[in-house]
Amino acid sequence: MRLTCPLCGARDRREFYYQGDAVAMTRPAPDAGADAWDDYVHLRDNPAGQTRDLWHHEGGCGAWVVVTRNTVTHEVLSVTLAETEARAAR
Amino acid sequence: MKFSGLRVLREGLTGNKGWTPHWRDPTPKAEYDALIVGGGGHGLSTAYYLAEKHGLTNIAVLEKGYIGSGNIGRNTTIVRANYFLPGNSEFYSHSMKLWEGLEQELNYNVMFSQRGIINLFHSDGQRDAFVRRGNAMINQGDDAVLLDRDGVRKYLPYLDFDNTRFPIYGGLLHPRGGSARHDAVAWGYARGADQRGVHLLQNCEVTGIDIENGAVRGVQTTRGAIKARKVAIVTAGRSGQVAAMAGMRLPIESHVLQAFVSEGLKPCIDHVVSFGMGHFYISQSDKGGLVFGGDLDFYASYAQRGNLPMAEHVMEAGMTLMPMIGKAKVLRGWGGIMDMTPDGSPIIDKTDTAGLYLDCGWCYGGFKAVPASGFALAHLMATDQHHETATGFQLDRFRTGHGIIDEEGTGSQHNLH
Repeated sequence: MRLTCPLCGARDRREFYYQGDAVAMTRPAPDAGADAWDDYVHLRDNPAGQTRDLWHHEGGCGAWVVVTRNTVTHEVLSVTLAETEARAAR
Repeated sequence: MKFSGLRVLREGLTGNKGWTPHWRDPTPKAEYDALIVGGGGHGLSTAYYLAEKHGLTNIAVLEKGYIGSGNIGRNTTIVRANYFLPGNSEFYSHSMKLWEGLEQELNYNVMFSQRGIINLFHSDGQRDAFVRRGNAMINQGDDAVLLDRDGVRKYLPYLDFDNTRFPIYGGLLHPRGGSARHDAVAWGYARGADQRGVHLLQNCEVTGIDIENGAVRGVQTTRGAIKARKVAIVTAGRSGQVAAMAGMRLPIESHVLQAFVSEGLKPCIDHVVSFGMGHFYISQSDKGGLVFGGDLDFYASYAQRGNLPMAEHVMEAGMTLMPMIGKAKVLRGWGGIMDMTPDGSPIIDKTDTAGLYLDCGWCYGGFKAVPASGFALAHLMATDQHHETATGFQLDRFRTGHGIIDEEGTGSQHNLH
């Protein structure tokens, strides 16, 4: 599996650290309550198919990227900078 | 049909014409007392113990493929009871006792082989940790023997003891650990359940779970609607999809774990050897193939195949530990889908829906748990009380933070186990 870092181009999967589901893009408020935090930290849709997850290009430019890919075929559909997505959501 | 040495002899002399199918292929009934979704090891053992221990025989196992087509046929067959934390210790200890009587209980040869497991350590600190683990195992009533360097050399002379990065200081031997024939475990439990009246419904995929007023009423399947007041979800890596049919989200992320087998070789590795620092473990099957594997690929996946980086890492770790295997050819590799929980420990519990039970989150350690998991889930389904060996595997421990069973001591988050 290769991921195309928006800054560095196509790179080996080994350069990236997998953080997990891209829930971190919508972190709840500190006082959102136990259920919201349980949702955020533990509970997962865990889709068989298209998913969005967060990777860190730790062996490259150090950027956090949001990877949209298919968990059944391992096809990578898009890689965008987490920063771009976070600013767009603001 | 009962298996015995005499029977094998007689069949051998009469052309093997007397063998009959191990289980029936029944037509689904409109209603059962209980349904088990998932015809893998855990589902089949649950059905067996429901019938055998609790007299519930009007039940069915619903399997979307064929019996034994999931992780029960894809694992590396290791059986052990070398856990450290309360919650896990008593459970896996119970499982080991069930394993030790399994072949007699099922009248089925599961090729259970207590050849011993050796976990290697490579520093004084690691030795201390293994001493502590070994003492916990002994306190639980299981067995553990601390081996120094020469002790390991006696059992495993072929290791590279003076490896620069990971010199071998010793190992923790768990003599009662070993392996079993994984397919036979599924077949044995399936046959035992079928003999007691359980319906094993293959090619029967659950497509919906019917819930009325907060209580389960049955399921929709590709072979029609089936009613039941008790339904258990025992679907390992696919737990998330099945639970979603009941409106639940689970603390589970599915990951791929790879395993490999070499060509058949003369007997050379007599034990299960675990090289934790290299994320590598190996044993030799009765056919002679070296069966080995490593860690997760570490990204969510349902592909049942992994990527090359982890394959390469596993081969490198194997060569680091035992250079002698370098000339053995790898015959095949495959992947299984692991239902990973945040703390690395499983879930056997009721849900918020009355009559709906959950048995999942076995991470990469489900095989050895097959007997005790089925035993505990059957007890829970029949009595609505947790079995005494499985009181810790509760679903709400993640939300509340009480009772987290973090065996590795790394934390309770999805990417840590």
